Amino acid sequence: MSAALNGLTILAVCAGAFFFLAGTVGLLRFPDTLSRLHALTKADNLGLGLVVLGLLFQAEGLLAALKLISVWLLALLAGATVTQLIAHTARPSGPQA
Amino acid sequence: MAFDIGLALLVLGVGAWTVAARDTFAAVVGFVAYGLLLALLWVRLAAPDVALTEAALGSGLTGGLLVSASTRLRRAETRAVDERQPASLRLAAAVLCTLVSAGVAAIVLLLPEPAPTLAPQAMVNMAATGLGNPVTAVLMAYRAIDTLLETVVLLLALVGIWSLAPDRVWGGVPGPRHQAEPDGLLTFIAQLLVPVGILVGIHIFWVGSVAPGGEFQGATILAAMWILAMMAGLVDAPAVNRRWLRLMLVAGPAVFLTIGLTGFAVAGSFLAYPEPHAKLLILMIEIPVTLSIAATLALLVAGPPERAPGR
Amino acid sequence: MTEATLYGLCSAALVGVGLFGLIMHPQPLRKILAFNLIGGGVFLLFGAVARRGAAAGLGGDPVPQALVITGLVVAFAATALAVALLLRLFQETGRATLGSDG
Repeated sequence: MSAALNGLTILAVCAGAFFFLAGTVGLLRFPDTLSRLHALTKADNLGLGLVVLGLLFQAEGLLAALKLISVWLLALLAGATVTQLIAHTARPSGPQA
Repeated sequence: MAFDIGLALLVLGVGAWTVAARDTFAAVVGFVAYGLLLALLWVRLAAPDVALTEAALGSGLTGGLLVSASTRLRRAETRAVDERQPASLRLAAAVLCTLVSAGVAAIVLLLPEPAPTLAPQAMVNMAATGLGNPVTAVLMAYRAIDTLLETVVLLLALVGIWSLAPDRVWGGVPGPRHQAEPDGLLTFIAQLLVPVGILVGIHIFWVGSVAPGGEFQGATILAAMWILAMMAGLVDAPAVNRRWLRLMLVAGPAVFLTIGLTGFAVAGSFLAYPEPHAKLLILMIEIPVTLSIAATLALLVAGPPERAPGR
Repeated sequence: MTEATLYGLCSAALVGVGLFGLIMHPQPLRKILAFNLIGGGVFLLFGAVARRGAAAGLGGDPVPQALVITGLVVAFAATALAVALLLRLFQETGRATLGSDG
């Protein structure tokens, strides 16, 4: 049973690492600020989410699992806010410009 | 072990990039990343309390301070010509730095074996303090005088910053006025995050007596929440000549010093705790100290007064 | 080589890199950054010493760890004061360098 859990953890964390890699490649290769922000949100949502999912299998108890999920939610909140603020600074006149 | 080698190389790389970057803002971002990687290093060194402090204070608050400073100084940056140093100075500096690095590396390799340690003595006496976290026991019981002086040093730094105000705004309000847009994103986030952050800060302070955490880490989170509320315009920074602000800042060190002095009468020396009441006394010290440090850290980031006081 | 020795050598390299940045950069803000880099290296040296002192069921000697926590807080206070001085210098003179007549 624990071997299966470990296998699931490794799978999920590797998938999350792949999305982090994709987000980093997007950050380095995309031409302008808005598309780079788009790439970074993939790292935040999917990458961190998959890593947290993988770690949930290793958590000891409901409280630890809830703490992991709340870490993911807080990172999502902060990431979404900062993305919007940076995008607003990069293109203040809105989507039609 | 391979993970440690990779992490050490990564930290070195980010540190070297922070020194070598042309743009100051890029260097500051590199420094924030350096701080977060150092926090990972601290976890690998089995020091979770230090990792929390490094991530919150060394990377978070210092990063915020340096980002705001670098944006303010950007105008000076464009005016400064690219001042390249002559090659001879670079060579001399490189030789000197290599020598210093070699010296420190020699110290590391020549450390005595077996390593001297105070861990057994710390664990033996911990039951008397009533705490479960050895680092908190060192901070609040064995080396409490260091912590007392540290709170005073923080206050001195704050006084130093406040003394930089120009005469016409002496005793005034730090920082520019941030307007809160009623439907703005930053306002929404501040309203959502500040209550959660205050809970998390209090939790980390409270749990520090038995698990990694403690007053400095909790106070940093509380300070960050106050800074967030000020930046979003939800509250305005208080004028630095307000009596309640000054009382709040001084309360922590004052309580610490008072309990320390009563240690003479009750238990025989400065900052000695009578054994049955040790935990209670430590708690009585920690609560005002956490509030004072949170206020001090937030005001250190807010900076010197820039607007005249109201009255 | 234990991990404590590895991180000790890493801290030696960080001190060297930070010192190079401190000497070479003319702008004070970069010097403040380099100084914090040196500080990180020195604290890491303490951390390596603490790790070597693992005993009595603990992962590391708690006394150097507590010293590092104190050091981090004081380093932050010093950085805040230095940055405030720098910003005041910029306000007064309009320049952010300490060099002779720019």
